Amino acid sequence: MGTDIGTDMGTLAFDFAHFLAGGMLVMSFLLLYQDRITAVLNVYAMQSILLALAVGWQSVIQGAPHLLVTAAIALIVKGFIIPTALHRIVRRLGIHREIEQVIGAGPTMLTGLALVALSIMLVIPIGGKVSLLVREDLAFALAVILLGLLMMITRRNAVTQIVGFMSIENGLILAATGARGMPLVVEISVAFSVLIVLFVFGVFVFRIRERFDSVDVSALDRFRGGRGN
Amino acid sequence: MTAPVYTLLLIPVVAVPLLAVTGNYRIGAALNVLASGLTLLAAIALMFTPRVRTDIFIVDDFNIYLVTLTAFVGFTTSIFSATYISHELEIGRLTPAYLRFYHALYQAMLGAMNLALLANNMGLLWVGLEVATLTTVIMVGLYRTPEAVEAAWKYFILGSVGIALAFFGTLLVYLVAQETLGEGLPAMALDRLAQASAAFDPQLLSLAFVFLLVGYGTKVGLAPFHAWLPDAHSEGPTPISAVLSGLLLNVALYALLRFKIVLAGNTETLNVGAIMIALGLLSLVFAAFMLYRRRDIKRLFAYSSIEHMGIMTFAFGIGGPLANFAGLLHMTMHSLTKSAIFFSVGHIAQAKGTQNIASIRGLSTTHPVLAIGLALGVIAIAGMPPFGVFMSEFLLVSSSFERQPVFAIILVAGILVAFGALILRLQNVLFGEATGPAEPVKASYLPLFVHLALVLMAGLWLPEPVVHWFRTVAGQLG
Repeated sequence: MGTDIGTDMGTLAFDFAHFLAGGMLVMSFLLLYQDRITAVLNVYAMQSILLALAVGWQSVIQGAPHLLVTAAIALIVKGFIIPTALHRIVRRLGIHREIEQVIGAGPTMLTGLALVALSIMLVIPIGGKVSLLVREDLAFALAVILLGLLMMITRRNAVTQIVGFMSIENGLILAATGARGMPLVVEISVAFSVLIVLFVFGVFVFRIRERFDSVDVSALDRFRGGRGN
Repeated sequence: MTAPVYTLLLIPVVAVPLLAVTGNYRIGAALNVLASGLTLLAAIALMFTPRVRTDIFIVDDFNIYLVTLTAFVGFTTSIFSATYISHELEIGRLTPAYLRFYHALYQAMLGAMNLALLANNMGLLWVGLEVATLTTVIMVGLYRTPEAVEAAWKYFILGSVGIALAFFGTLLVYLVAQETLGEGLPAMALDRLAQASAAFDPQLLSLAFVFLLVGYGTKVGLAPFHAWLPDAHSEGPTPISAVLSGLLLNVALYALLRFKIVLAGNTETLNVGAIMIALGLLSLVFAAFMLYRRRDIKRLFAYSSIEHMGIMTFAFGIGGPLANFAGLLHMTMHSLTKSAIFFSVGHIAQAKGTQNIASIRGLSTTHPVLAIGLALGVIAIAGMPPFGVFMSEFLLVSSSFERQPVFAIILVAGILVAFGALILRLQNVLFGEATGPAEPVKASYLPLFVHLALVLMAGLWLPEPVVHWFRTVAGQLG
C-alpha cells in the first residue's frame, strides 16, 4: 500500500491531495483581505480543518497510520480549540465587531499571487527522485507559509498577526506530512509549539491591551520615537 | 552510554516545575544557582565520558565544548542574576510572582539550549532552538513597560519568521536525504547526513540551505535579519541580555555550522562559504557604524554582539583549519567577555538608575570596581592585547590576509571602526565628571572577574589540551 506514488499517478490520490492543499491556499488568500476579526478566525478554522483532511488523506495514501494522530491534533486543537479560545479573547476585549482597515487589499493580493508563482518556480523544478506529488505539496505549503508571512507584515492588529503566524504553522505541517516517513517527533513538536505560542500571545494581547487600551500594534510604534532605535 | 546526556537534560526538567512553585524568591534564586551548577557538573562529566552517538543525540568534540561553555556561562549568570533581581525587587520593577516565572524560564531556556546542542536529530535541534527562543521572548517582555512589550513583540514576530523558514529548510534536507538514507530517523541524523551528502541532489540541498541560513541567521542576529536583537537586549532583564548574547546566538550559529558540514560533503552545491563571508562582513561593518549613534548602553553592546557574530560567521565562511580555529576561539572569547560586560553594565545601570549613556558619567570616581570591570571588558571586546579576543581576531586577520586579502582589509576596517566607537562612547562613562547617585551598589563581582580572568588567560596562554581540541574541531568543520 502506498509504496510508489510516481509522477504517472494522475489518479484519485493525486487529485484529492491536490484539491485539499489547494483549498488551504485559497483560505490563505481569504485571510489576506478579510477585514472582520471574527471572519478571520473562522477562515483560519476552515484552513485548519482542511489541513486535518489533507493530513488524513496523506495518511491513507502513504499507508502511515501515525499521521492520523497529526490529523487529529490539527482538527481538534487548531480547528476548534484555538479558534474558540481566540473568539472568547476577542469578545472579552470587546473587539469582535471591530473592522480592521486592510490597507491596499489589491496590491496585497497581487503580491500574494507573485509569492505563489515564486514558490511554484522554486520547488517544482527540483530534480532528483522526489515525486511530483511531494513537490506539489511542498509548493502549496511554501505558498501558504509565504502568504502567512505576508499577512503578518500587512496586518496591524495583534490578533490577526497571531492568525498569520498560525497559518504559517499550518503550512509547515502540510509540508512535513508531505515528506514521506518523517518521524512523528517533529509533528508533535509543531503542535506543541502552537500551544506555547497561544500562551505567549494570550499573555501579550492582554498586556498590550492593558498598556495601550488597544490591540493595534501601531500603538507600539509611538514608543520608538526619540530613542534613535 | 548516553546516560550523562540524559542527566544533563533531566536537571532542567526537574528544576522547572520546582522553581515554578517556589514562592520565596531567595530560595528560588538559590535553587536556580544549584540547578545551573549541577548542569555544569554534568557537562564536565560529559567531557570525560567517551564520545557517543545515536540517531537522536550526539556527543562529539564540536558540541561538547559548546555544552560546557553554555553550562559555565549559565552558572555564572545565575549567580549574577541572584544579586541583580534582589535589587529589582527592592525598587519594585519585578514582583515575587514574576520571579517564579523568571527562574523557571531561565532553567527552561538553559535546558532547551543544551537540547539543541546535543541533538543529532535535526528536528530536535530545531525544537531546542525554538523553545529557547520562545522562553527568551517571554523574559524580554518581563518588565511590562511599553518598550519591553514592543521589544518582545518584535522579537517574537521576527523570531517566528526565522522558526518557520528554518523548519522548511530542515524539511527539505530530510526530503533530499531520505532518497539515500531511507525513510525515518536515519535521514534526520546530522552525522549520517554529513557522511552521505555526496550522493544528495545538490540543487535541492542548496535550496534547503538558503532557508536554513535565513532562518537560523535571523537568530544569529546577522544583518539584515538583526532588527530584533538590539531591542531584545536592551529591554529585558540584564541576565537575559547576558545569556542571549553569550549563549543563544552561539547556539544558532552552531546549528548553521552543523548544516554547513553537511553541505561541505557535496561538491556541487552552492558556495556556502562565500555567502557566509558576505553576511558576516555586512553584519560587521553595519554594526560597527551603528555603534556610533547609540544612546542606550545595553543597545550599544547589543550592536557589538552583531559585530562579533559577523566576525565569527566570516571566519567560518573563510574556512580552513586556521580560520575555523580563530572562529571557535572567538566564539568562546566573545561569550565570556560579552556576558562579563553585561554583568557590569547591569550593576552600573542599577547603581545609576538609568541605561542612558549620557547620564552615566564618571564611574571611576563613584563606583571604581565596576568601572574597572567595565573598562577591562571593553578593552577585551574591542580586541586589544593581551586579552583572548585579540588572539582570535589576530589569527583570523592573518589567516584571511593570506587567502582573501580584500576581505581581510574590510575586516580590519570594520574592527577598527567598532574599536573607535566603543572607546568614544565609553570614555565619558568611565572618566567623565561624576554625576548621579554615588551610593555603593550590592554587586556580585565574582562572575564578572572570573570571566575576565579566563579571557585574559586565554590571551596569554592557551592550555595544550584546549588547543588540541580546537584544532580537532576546526578540522571537522572543513
